[in-house]
Amino acid sequence: MNLVVNTPIKDNVLEEVKVGDIVYLNGVLVTARDAAHERLLKHGFKLPITLKFLPIFHAGPIVKKTNDSWSIVSIGPTTSMRMESLEYDFIERTGIKMIIGKGGMGSRTAEACKKFKAVHAIFPGGCAVVAAERVKRVLGVEWLDLGVPEALWILEVENFGPLIVSIDTNGNNMFDERIKSINSKKFDMLKNLDRELSSKL
Amino acid sequence: MDALVRLLSNFIRTVAIRLPDDVLSALKELSSKESSYWGKAVYSLMFDNINLALEKGVPVCQDTGVLMFFIDVGTNFPYVNKLYDALKVATIKATEEVPLRPNVVEPFDEKNTGNNVGTRLPWIEWNIVPEADYVEITLYLAGGGTSLTGNAKVLPPASGFKGVIEFVLDVVSSYGLNACPPFLLGVGIGATVETAALLSKRALLRPIGSINPNPKAASLERILYEKVCGLEIGPQGLGGSTTVLGVNVEYSARHPATLAVGVSTGCWAHRRGVIKIKSDLTYELPLYKGVVL
Ligand code: SF4
Repeated sequence: MNLVVNTPIKDNVLEEVKVGDIVYLNGVLVTARDAAHERLLKHGFKLPITLKFLPIFHAGPIVKKTNDSWSIVSIGPTTSMRMESLEYDFIERTGIKMIIGKGGMGSRTAEACKKFKAVHAIFPGGCAVVAAERVKRVLGVEWLDLGVPEALWILEVENFGPLIVSIDTNGNNMFDERIKSINSKKFDMLKNLDRELSSKL
Repeated sequence: MDALVRLLSNFIRTVAIRLPDDVLSALKELSSKESSYWGKAVYSLMFDNINLALEKGVPVCQDTGVLMFFIDVGTNFPYVNKLYDALKVATIKATEEVPLRPNVVEPFDEKNTGNNVGTRLPWIEWNIVPEADYVEITLYLAGGGTSLTGNAKVLPPASGFKGVIEFVLDVVSSYGLNACPPFLLGVGIGATVETAALLSKRALLRPIGSINPNPKAASLERILYEKVCGLEIGPQGLGGSTTVLGVNVEYSARHPATLAVGVSTGCWAHRRGVIKIKSDLTYELPLYKGVVL
């Protein structure tokens, strides 16, 4: 299923979305990665903006400043798994409805997605110029003292995607299945390694 | 020195915005082989991205990494005394002008330096070429996602190549998903942990499709290639038959009591470029046919 989602994400629009579906986003998207998660949850800072009903993007862009306005040169997802230990609390505290990143996330995040009706979706990693094209404007930036990659960039996006849903609001987790399949293939491969190597190496 | 700095910063720009010829042709070949639904969609987005980056002259991926220079410098290269400073100044200049993402964080101050220069970064490895009057510089932009895969371990020699293969597959199956596959897999074998690790990075500098001249090392490359493909990690980890751009093994002799193994990956946006600069500052770009700086 392909779905266009507008922000703020209200009225349970995500509840019909399933793992593997594609979403395109219109509206406001805020970047938040390692340092922003830690500042909110470990160092007790107050968020300078409200994230309720918004999507966040695990990403650190390349930006350009001309006179007083910022533009995004290149912006792609970073590895979501790094935020796994903090994401449950982040979802609970902020009320975000969507997390965009690359690679999957773990069982705690899936639990939070189920409980708070949020989803995780991936944008293909490295496709940062395509993504920058879909950013219409930089609405603002907060916590810039964390450095450009770690700041909260508040973006207006149009047709932002394809976002492939990897955790849905029922807590189904596409990457859980992926990891299980990869590990079982590895297990089978290693079983006969001795015999195989004696003939090849 | 100004002309040298300009040349180097233009080279850095090229490496950030353009994939080298061998990577492009490997990606094209893989995309024609991939049959999974998501895999095909991912390749098509990658090529859109590659073309758009060139058209707009901006970095192909937002993570322009930390800069690592691998240098073969002739003892008669006239700028040999200036080269270290020129590399640092060119890095700062390129960071501002391209622009690159400032990625250098001082670990004890938790501070981003803002210009991609910091303690011991950019990383520089020097090789001396006696009597030569040129310098050959390989630049690798080490992105975060793909560097997170990096691992190395010293095995007891009794583990043998079985132990090596198990270690590589453990690393790849746990972290490969996040290294933006299809990636180039570099494996280093040596005497100590840091030499194996460094050789695994040097393996990533070798051309894609090249084969280790030692037939047994070549055989290990082939076995690892088959196995890693068999995991079916697929483009972006979404499943599929194409997982690696290639597997390169580099090695040194080892100690009787150690068998060290290192693993590095280079993501699909494998930004590794080479420039050869002669004494009169004319240059060659062997991996970017037809490109002028
Ligand atoms: S792994 Fe490579 S392509 Fe993916 S985000 Fe990092 S630098 Fe970019």
